[in-house]
Amino acid sequence: MEHSDRSIDKETVLFELGDGIRNCAQLMVTCLVDAIYPSVGISAVEVLEAQGITVEFPSDQTCCGQPAFNSGYWKDARAMARHTLDVFSVTNGPIVVPSGSCTDMIVHQYTELLKDDAEYLAKAQDVAGRTYEFTQFLVDKMGLDDVGARFRGRAAYHSSCHGLRGLNLREQPRVLLSHVEGLKQVELPCSEECCGFGGLFSVTMSSISGSILERKLDNLEESGADLLLGNDVSCLMHMAGGLKLRGTQIEVKHISEVLNTHD
Amino acid sequence: MTNLTFYERTRDALEDPTVNQAIRVGARRFVSHRASTVSGLPEMDSLRDRARVIRAETLNKLDVFLAEFADNVELNGGRVFWAKNADEANDYVVKLAAARGVRHVVKSKSMVTEEIELNHALEVAGVRVIESDLGEFIAQLAGERPSHIIAPVLHKTRGEVGKLFEEELNVAYTEEPIALNDIARSHLRDIFLSSDMGISGVNFGVAESGTLSLVTNEGNGRFCTTTPRIHVALMGMERLVPTFADLGTMLPVLEISATGQRLTVYNNLLTGPRRSGEPDGPEELHVVILDNGRSDTLASEVAEILYCIRCGACLNICPVYQSIGGHAYGSVYPGPLGSVLTPTLMGLEQWHELPHASTLCGACKEICPVRIDIPSLLLRLRDASSKANHSPVWIRTLMRIYSIVARHPKLFQLGMRFASVSSRLFAKEDWLNRLPPPLNGWTDHRNFRALAKKSFGQQWAERRSTEHTS
Repeated sequence: MEHSDRSIDKETVLFELGDGIRNCAQLMVTCLVDAIYPSVGISAVEVLEAQGITVEFPSDQTCCGQPAFNSGYWKDARAMARHTLDVFSVTNGPIVVPSGSCTDMIVHQYTELLKDDAEYLAKAQDVAGRTYEFTQFLVDKMGLDDVGARFRGRAAYHSSCHGLRGLNLREQPRVLLSHVEGLKQVELPCSEECCGFGGLFSVTMSSISGSILERKLDNLEESGADLLLGNDVSCLMHMAGGLKLRGTQIEVKHISEVLNTHD
Repeated sequence: MTNLTFYERTRDALEDPTVNQAIRVGARRFVSHRASTVSGLPEMDSLRDRARVIRAETLNKLDVFLAEFADNVELNGGRVFWAKNADEANDYVVKLAAARGVRHVVKSKSMVTEEIELNHALEVAGVRVIESDLGEFIAQLAGERPSHIIAPVLHKTRGEVGKLFEEELNVAYTEEPIALNDIARSHLRDIFLSSDMGISGVNFGVAESGTLSLVTNEGNGRFCTTTPRIHVALMGMERLVPTFADLGTMLPVLEISATGQRLTVYNNLLTGPRRSGEPDGPEELHVVILDNGRSDTLASEVAEILYCIRCGACLNICPVYQSIGGHAYGSVYPGPLGSVLTPTLMGLEQWHELPHASTLCGACKEICPVRIDIPSLLLRLRDASSKANHSPVWIRTLMRIYSIVARHPKLFQLGMRFASVSSRLFAKEDWLNRLPPPLNGWTDHRNFRALAKKSFGQQWAERRSTEHTS
């Protein structure tokens, strides 16, 4: 397979941020990637950099507040949302997030959460307008379909629900994966069905969560995949933990890790 | 209904392989029927949009439409009774039955009567009540409640139904659907003919004409509402459409979403009791319009749940419903719709687990014919529930601490370091197979990934300092 030079010419202006700053994106790495899967963040940065994007990482970022929001602690979630907005509202340019659910939280839930707070609502609207999930950024914002990756494997892609239904992330990851040399995409039966994670639900109603997980893993085994991919490490961690407990040898990776592999 | 807790009911449901399997197969069959019908119907999306507008307009002026509807029912010769709550509704029907010397009641399927437990009220008063919808008939024989709002015995296999009929109806065992249907049919025929009162629900009340729209697949609804001399229809106060023409939108949307049928077999439009010169129909029609918490719901932040037209699609598609079935919810209305409606109508204190019984995957919102944002309503109830301190102390404490720490980046990073070191202390090759309570729920069903040795933040800082020094 022949690849054209996909990376952006240094002179190409994808987005202009004033003061001569261009093609620079902010990384919101998410708390789970930061603490548990840092290699996902590193991969995302390297993929972006390979495409000519300068990546900045505002170091005061912590958690978007989704865990508190989803479990009904909106007061606590609001506090975390305000902190995240304080960190990112002073930045410029697109904000890239390697997670569909955290992106959905920022893009769709912050405005609901802060609707009675004019100051932060304005910040939320600004930040929401320039926040993108990682594959959404590559495909929709940058117009890419091929990042020049090579990875051998039979991959099943799990579309995590918040990205799928909240951000309509259907084609973006698949388009990128279809251009990965050596990678065969296999269809995951019932691919749009939830994996059962659900945040704290996985702990408080763990037996229901576990029962949904079993069905997902059965489907995964049936698909013949040796690699499970997704764009939300929360769901991936849940499924990887289930595979580990089963003793099933299926590798689990975030899509950025595959897109950052060239061997 | 039951003294078991939500967790006990869930455990029982998950441990019952037959129930589990029957529900999943049944629910998925509905989903695939619907999907195949919708795939041949490009106008479905615009029909759903229109249906949503109709529901919104109806609820915006519900008082006006209710008055119009009630006036028209009475103009047509029917009686209207406004019931504030279950007791008032039951009382009215029980007293009516007594006043008219009613001994036998035959019923068509109605979730509202389940909500108010009308059968029980009538039976206590010495009136015999027979359910005539096949599924409800089976549930009644088994002494169970419906586990699904349109398919009451979704949780039962046909073998179980065969055994039940054998025991309760004294017939030879069969598990052939047609034979089972014939058994129920012949059993019910005499009941239809000998009942003094027929009780039905209402799918839609038409405000401009006082017409009751009633949808069934078995014809029992028509039998119940025309053969006995008295017809009593019970209707939740939100179940109106303004005009006859609106049924042209609402009925197909309901029917396709419920079973995947383009048109249900029996679409009944009942306008008033029998008029002079008409050969059939009941002598009396009574319409009981039930509030039972709906006015309060309408004024609440989850008012949108009243858009619901009870198609059951959100139950069928829900991964939680597919795992535990309807009974585990413990409420009359199960599934995503029930997890909003039940705490709203019956009280959050008693039903505070239900809004949490969801992964928030959004499949319900995606399939809902009137596009109710169920996940958002569940979240609002979760927020209300935490404000009322219904949720476990450890979660409340955890969230409070986490939110404080998350506002102090240095503290956050320190906390993560601590969590990293302690998780790695117990991990074997990055994985823990047991977490301490209250987090042990996680490791009951999956291993836990230890935190990374170096966080992304640390790695980023090192990367930057290398760049600067090089």
